[in-house]
Amino acid sequence: MNMMHYWRAMWGIIGRELWRFVTQRERFISALVRPLVWLFVFAAGFRAALGLAITPPYETYILYEVYITPGLIGMIQLFNGMQSSLSMVYDREMGSMRILMVCPLPRWFLLLSKLLAGTGVSILQVYVFLGIAWFYDIHAPWQGYLWVLPTLMLSGLMLGALGLLLSSFIKQLENFAGVMNFVIFPMFFMSTALYPLWKMKESSVLLSKLAQYNPFSQAVELIRFALYGQFNQHAFIYTLVAFLVFMAAAIIGYNPSKGMMVKKGGG
Amino acid sequence: MKPAIALSIENLSFSYSGKKALDQVSFNIRAGECTLLLGPNGAGKSTLFSLITRLYDTHEGRIELCGFDIKQQTRQALAKLGVVFQQTTLDMDLTVMQNLRYHTALHGLGRKEAMQRIQQELERLNMFDRRFEKIRQLNGGHRRRVEIARALLHKPALLLLDEPTVGLDVPSRLAIVDYVHQLAADEKLAVLWASHLIDEIYPDDHLIVLHKGQIKANGTVDDVLKITNTTLVKDAFYNLTQGEQA
Repeated sequence: MNMMHYWRAMWGIIGRELWRFVTQRERFISALVRPLVWLFVFAAGFRAALGLAITPPYETYILYEVYITPGLIGMIQLFNGMQSSLSMVYDREMGSMRILMVCPLPRWFLLLSKLLAGTGVSILQVYVFLGIAWFYDIHAPWQGYLWVLPTLMLSGLMLGALGLLLSSFIKQLENFAGVMNFVIFPMFFMSTALYPLWKMKESSVLLSKLAQYNPFSQAVELIRFALYGQFNQHAFIYTLVAFLVFMAAAIIGYNPSKGMMVKKGGG
Repeated sequence: MKPAIALSIENLSFSYSGKKALDQVSFNIRAGECTLLLGPNGAGKSTLFSLITRLYDTHEGRIELCGFDIKQQTRQALAKLGVVFQQTTLDMDLTVMQNLRYHTALHGLGRKEAMQRIQQELERLNMFDRRFEKIRQLNGGHRRRVEIARALLHKPALLLLDEPTVGLDVPSRLAIVDYVHQLAADEKLAVLWASHLIDEIYPDDHLIVLHKGQIKANGTVDDVLKITNTTLVKDAFYNLTQGEQA
């Protein structure tokens, strides 16, 4: 049980996830189509309806498509995080999760590796999306494309950990549809992904408060600032704390002594 | 001298919301011994397997693998364990080789050692030529062979098989039964095989009959026939489980 064992196992898990993603072409395309439809159709149509003032990190007036891009990056990671947890529920139902759980490594490490693997996949999707957006004339400063990488790691881990936590509570695959409705949509719409906080406040103070405390908003803001070479400390700390809380809860959820696994049935 | 104990279970009990699924279960399995765990549906076989693989936590009783307590020394214990689950746990879109490499990575084997072991196990099962095929392209019997090969890659001391022949045709089933018995004898591997098929039992096997969470018989095939005063395992099983189907 040495460091080499941990290293090999982690790369084994990440490699498997990446390979699966690359071979499942439909998954790759559908992961890209979703944000692109929002960018090409929704944002283009919405551009005229929504006027945006100059707010940091932007220094000039921007098109709505430019504003929405970090939100759509967040969307890619949100869906990816939920999809990996969906695959964990599926894996658990089908049994392949057991192969992971019976290997002689601490469970927290296995879950973290699985999370890193999912985050890696989401980052791949994000860069392909940013590449396509580039041809659509959505440009960030070149440094922004580098700065955004560490923030994508953190936001991906946070959203993945949330998915992991949810998967530890879900007994059957069918229940997952509810999670999509009750977690993904509220989280996405009650955030700064589509509209800035000040704009939201004009129509509902409560909604803007909810959006402000939504960890997804903070992750989107972290990405938005990083894309323009700036560091949003508040968003960083908020996202980091959210990740740690979700991760700790997920580890407890998957712990056979304390978690939900005990309450799930068997033969 | 008797072979070493690979699996020791002492006074193991487990309940689901107050309903007892296992009640004071105790038995030992020694190296080189093939133990058939026989029981009707709902007897507690899956619960027992979930406890041995640490999917569920042990609240009452004790499980030891090669002397390591599954609760206190989980990782050392799990390192000694190879498992073939009832449902296929292979990745359908990956090749045989990729599936096996994933397993060797989880067990910390280096590339060279991993490739050697994979070749060795696949050759024993006549599957080496098919290593670059996707699992989806293999039939049920061949998928099972890959799973058995995978379970043996890290050289476990105990092999758990949870009804591995379910859904297979007769020749594939017999080939697997024969192979596992051979493994136990040649490699001194301890085997715990959950089954509900009487014809998978060999005369030299160790037999455990589980019914409603309790052990009804534990011994050699001859012992079990003697205590039930029967000549066929089928009748012995019928007596012990009061007529319930396996």
